[in-house]
This record gives sequence, structure tokens and C-alpha cells, in this order.
Amino acid sequence: MLRRAATIMTASRPVTLFEKIWLGHLVKSLDDGRDLIFVDRHILQETTSAIAFAGLTRTGRSVLHPEMTIATQDHIVSTEPGRDETTNPQGRELLTLMRHNAYRNRIRHFGVDDPRQGIVHVIGPELGVALPGCVLVCGDSHTSTAGGLGALGIGIGTSEVEHVLATQTLALTRPKTMRITYEGKLQPGTSAKDLILRAIGLFGIAAGQGHAIEYAGEAIAGLPVEARLTICNMSIEIGARLGLIAPDDKTFAYVAGREFAPEGAVLDHALAHWRTLYSAPGARFDKEYTVDCSRIAPQVTWGTTQQDVVGVDDRVPRVDSFPDAARREMAAAAMAYMGVEPGMALEGLPVDVAFIGSCTNARLSDLEAAAAIAKGGKVAPGVRAMVVPGSMSVKRAAEAKGLHEIFRQAGFEWRDAGCSMCVSINEDIVPPGRRAIATSNRNFENRQGPRSRTHLASPAMVAAAALAGHITDIRKADQP
Amino acid sequence: MKQPFRNFSGIAAAMPAPNINTDAIIPAAYLRTANADLGKGLFGMLRYDDAGNEKPDFVLNQPPFREAEILFAGENFGCGSSREAAAWALKQFGMRCVFAPSFADIFYENAFRNGLLAGKVAPDALARMVAQAGGATPLFAVDLAAGHVTHADGERMAFEIAPARRDALLRGDDEIDMTLAHRAEIAAFHSAGLAERPWLHAPLARKA
Ligand code: SF4
Repeated sequence: MLRRAATIMTASRPVTLFEKIWLGHLVKSLDDGRDLIFVDRHILQETTSAIAFAGLTRTGRSVLHPEMTIATQDHIVSTEPGRDETTNPQGRELLTLMRHNAYRNRIRHFGVDDPRQGIVHVIGPELGVALPGCVLVCGDSHTSTAGGLGALGIGIGTSEVEHVLATQTLALTRPKTMRITYEGKLQPGTSAKDLILRAIGLFGIAAGQGHAIEYAGEAIAGLPVEARLTICNMSIEIGARLGLIAPDDKTFAYVAGREFAPEGAVLDHALAHWRTLYSAPGARFDKEYTVDCSRIAPQVTWGTTQQDVVGVDDRVPRVDSFPDAARREMAAAAMAYMGVEPGMALEGLPVDVAFIGSCTNARLSDLEAAAAIAKGGKVAPGVRAMVVPGSMSVKRAAEAKGLHEIFRQAGFEWRDAGCSMCVSINEDIVPPGRRAIATSNRNFENRQGPRSRTHLASPAMVAAAALAGHITDIRKADQP
Repeated sequence: MKQPFRNFSGIAAAMPAPNINTDAIIPAAYLRTANADLGKGLFGMLRYDDAGNEKPDFVLNQPPFREAEILFAGENFGCGSSREAAAWALKQFGMRCVFAPSFADIFYENAFRNGLLAGKVAPDALARMVAQAGGATPLFAVDLAAGHVTHADGERMAFEIAPARRDALLRGDDEIDMTLAHRAEIAAFHSAGLAERPWLHAPLARKA
């Protein structure tokens, strides 16, 4: 294992960060060409685990390592302040199943009544369950978020959840490697969200298919840990199942002292290992891309995939600006769905809903960025603006800083933690035909409710739009 | 054991737009309970209007495509959410295979784990098959062992599938059983890990 991986690494060629971790978790290569990978951490959520547990029961198998597994309730929970499992009656069945399945299998469960409850990808890093160099899986496509700590976070389907519960391993085709290097510095008014949206806009939503992405460069190294989680979160939106960033002293400082993180001598041992987690100089990637940060404006999506994105000071593209017929057709359909026209300015487009939340952008630093804009302002008449912290810990930390007062005084709802309007599987829904600006990660048709129209942007941009009542450029004018 | 995949002849429906995501394949509204009728929910937002009535212009609402067992789809099929219900919905509707130039990674795995054949095909061959599916006889024969789909008029399209995946489908292998055959190696890996990296392999322990 580690020793074997070390031999592979020193033997032939400089290896990438991804390969170091992958090889360090290789139980064996299977006859069918796939690798059997050991899983260190498994996080469960209510909407993708019930059928996995039913499968275990049906086949008489048990959970191999409940002590390496945690569970929470996040997708279908109500986010009404003071909610419980019954507040959203539609969610009761799955919430009850999650609690029962966790209890019966001796899995730690952070349910709606637990102070550590939150979105799987927010609580993993926050609790020290996600660690540099670990393989963490979850039945949710944004598990790559943990890559911000230098972990392999792998989103899996329900059959794979069952497979991991029964075997603590995954049989996977080893992905190819890809690197996105950000050159230059982050510009004023922009954030991690803008960096990743820009990359998706440049390379497309399928660029990372079959690859593990490493994000690198000066701008990435300069980002705080929470912002790195935002970047890695959206790896799936560029087509990759995995995205990661080499851990550094900022990462180690972030991890130390968290509830399930190592301490004392074990921490020292871990640190010695974590300091080896980087791509060796000269390591080769199967695909290499670069992004010039100096030209990135705050990004806003105009269409129904994340590659339909431009700077806020830019316009909805002309349909004939796309080179191929399929893309032109898609763009035209997306514009019709979104109610925008080619050549239209995004600035000034009125919004009905402003949503600050999701595993992409609902950590403390995101809420701080939004609050800095919201402070002293008022949400425009007719706009529903809501802030849904990524976890109850984030909520408490924000309240300790008085952010809830800022939001409430400005007219934002201040909710309990959950996925909420990111997936609208609970009762938080954008009404049909209405336009939302959101800090989440998917602008798909009907994602925030039937016929909802979604523009993705950063927390500061969403807060500014809530006050203005329309999409607005935070770099202009005197923002409140 | 799962049901082994058998060769068959069936109706193919074409939805050649690229990037059909799993939110479109099975909308979140159908995921609120553990026993939803996913076959009914397949492509729900495209298939029904706001009142829940079928939209007559949607392909799967038209005879003969109500009986479709084969789907011809565009590139990057199944992108977005990891929801396995996308594969279940296709299966419960009656689909047995999807052919597309490319698939999103998670959907691809989910498909095979549910005995749904996901075959990768050349875009130009697919375009010809899509045209045939829109013609008078949208009937096709799927031969998994040989790796091709043949239209009733004889036109043939090859599809790509890793031999090991093909064989597993033909046998109806259960992935978990296959992995549990390696349980001794998994246990050895874990106990070696306890010594070499206890911060990952020891039970998750809360700070005192
Ligand atoms: S916040 Fe959205 S993207 Fe993140 S886990 Fe929840 S539903 Fe998925």
C-alpha cells in the first residue's frame, strides 16, 4: 500500500498529486482493468441511501465499517428556522429512513436535530471528516468539494453507496489527469466562483469527462481554504468526477483542531505525510489548460448549462457566434427558456428571487462576502431573498459575527441549513417562470422548480442583485 | 446475481440533443419518496405539461415509442447530478440500452450497475440510426456479444464497450459479490493502514 505506492512513485517518472493518492489507496488492480480503491470516509445523505440500505437487507449483507461512515439529512429537510423532521411532510419518509438506517447500522448520524447537521459537502471538511490525502465518497455528485483540502472526493451512485457500505471499496476505472492552471491574480470584485465559472465557460461542461482535475497556479495558492472548496465543488460541472488542489500550510491550519481530525502524535505523523501531497515537478498531465485571471469579470450565466456564462459587463452572445450547429441549437433553446435575447445586456435584468446557499457558496466566508454588500441596504420590493447557511455550524458562526442581523435588517430570510433552493426537492421553490439569481451550481431547466430560470453567480453578486432588484455589476457605483 | 443481458429486437426512440442531464431524465419531484413510479417520471418535465397531461409532441408520448427499449442520445448523456434514479427511471420505463457518442462518468457507472447497456457510438453512425428511428420502421436488433445494433433494413452500427463490462452484463454479475471475493486483501489493506496512517483508518473519534 503506502510502501508499494512509494516504490511506484520513485521508480519511473514524476507523478501527479492525484496519482499519489490513488496509488496509495489501491487494494489491487482487477482483471477487468479497473482498480479496487479503499475508501477512508463515507458520508451518507437521505435521498441516495435508502435504496442502498434496502439492498443490503435484501442480500443479507452488513455495513463493513460503520465507524468510517457518517450520515446527515440535508437535501429534503425543511430550512424553516426551528424545523424538525416533520416540518416538510413530503420529506418525512426519507428522513425517517435515514435516521433508522443509521441507527440500526451504528453509523453516526447528524440529523436535523443535531448542531452539526448541514450539507454533506460542507460538514465533511468542517468536522475534520475530510482530510488531505483521504479518499472520501458520498452519494452526491459534488463530493469533489473535499478536493479543496487535497482529498480525493468521489461522487457515487446509489449502487456504489451499497457497494461501499458492504466492502469499504470502490471498483473504478482510473481517470486520466488534467490540470487547470490559473495565471495572474484574482481581480477586484471576483471570487473563487468566478474563477471556476470562467473555466467552465472556456472549456465546456464535458472537458473533464474521464479525468481528475488538479487546479493550480498563483491565484489558487492565494485562495483561502473555503474558496478552494468552492472551486473543487464545481469540478462535476466541467465534466470531471474529481477535482483537487495540493494542500499547504493554510490547509493544515484549517484541518487542525476539527472535531474528527487527528491530534497530538498522530497529527504530526499525518502532517509528515500531507507535506508529500503535491504533483512532482515535471509530472505530466493528459490534458493541460490555462486561464488568465487578469481578464475575469464577475461571471453570470445566461443559459441552461454552466458553459453559458459571460462577465456581468458582457452581453448574451449572438447565436451565430457558436461554431457548430448543435451548440447553436442549444443556445437558442436556452435563450428561449431563459427569456433572454441575443445581444441583451445581463446588467439590468430584473430578478424575482435571490438565493444565497448550497455546497458551492454557503460557508462562512461566502456569507461574509454577501453581508458586506447587504449591510445597510434593503432588498428591492417584490424580490424574495434568502440566505441558507451550509451547515448549522456555519449558521452559529455567522450569528456570532452578527451577520444574521445584517441580512434580516436588509430583508433577507435567515434560514436553517440544507440544500434548499439549490435542488428544490424540499419546499423552497422558485415559482414557475420566475427569474432567480443563485450562488448554487446548476442552472438546468426546472432545477429550482418547474420552469424556473436560474442565473448562477457569486455570493456578492447575488446579494447586490437582491438589493438592486436586477443583475448588477458589484464593481460599479457605490455599492452600499 | 442479476438478470443476464439477452440480445433482443425492439423499438428505438431518438433524443439526439447533447448534454441531457439527470435532472431532465428524472426530475427532483420524483425523488421525494423511496418508492416513486420512476418509469412514469422519466423525462417528466419534457413529457408532461403543468397540469400533468402528456405533451403529444414529445417522442416517448407517441406510438410506437411508448414501447421503446432503445434510446439514441446525444453526447455527454447523463451529465449533472449523480442520482442513480436516472438509470432506474430508464429501466423502469422499459429501456434496455442507451447509445450515445459519450456519457457522463457517474451515469455510465450507474447504468451498468443496473444492467442498462450504455454503448458508445460514432456520431455519424448514430446520426444515420437517428434518421432510421424517425422513419417508417424504428425497429432495431441489439447484439451485445457482437457489439452492434442493426436496423430492420439491415444497416448496422457498431458500439464500443470494454470486454470486461460486456461479459459482466452477459453473465449478470453482481459487483458486490465480485468485490467480496477479495475480502481478505481488503482486510489486509485496512489493517496495514491502521499502522501506516492511523488518522485515516482508525475509527472516527471525537475529540475528548
Ligand atoms: S447544495 Fe445542491 S449541489 Fe450541493 S449537495 Fe445539496 S443539492 Fe447537491
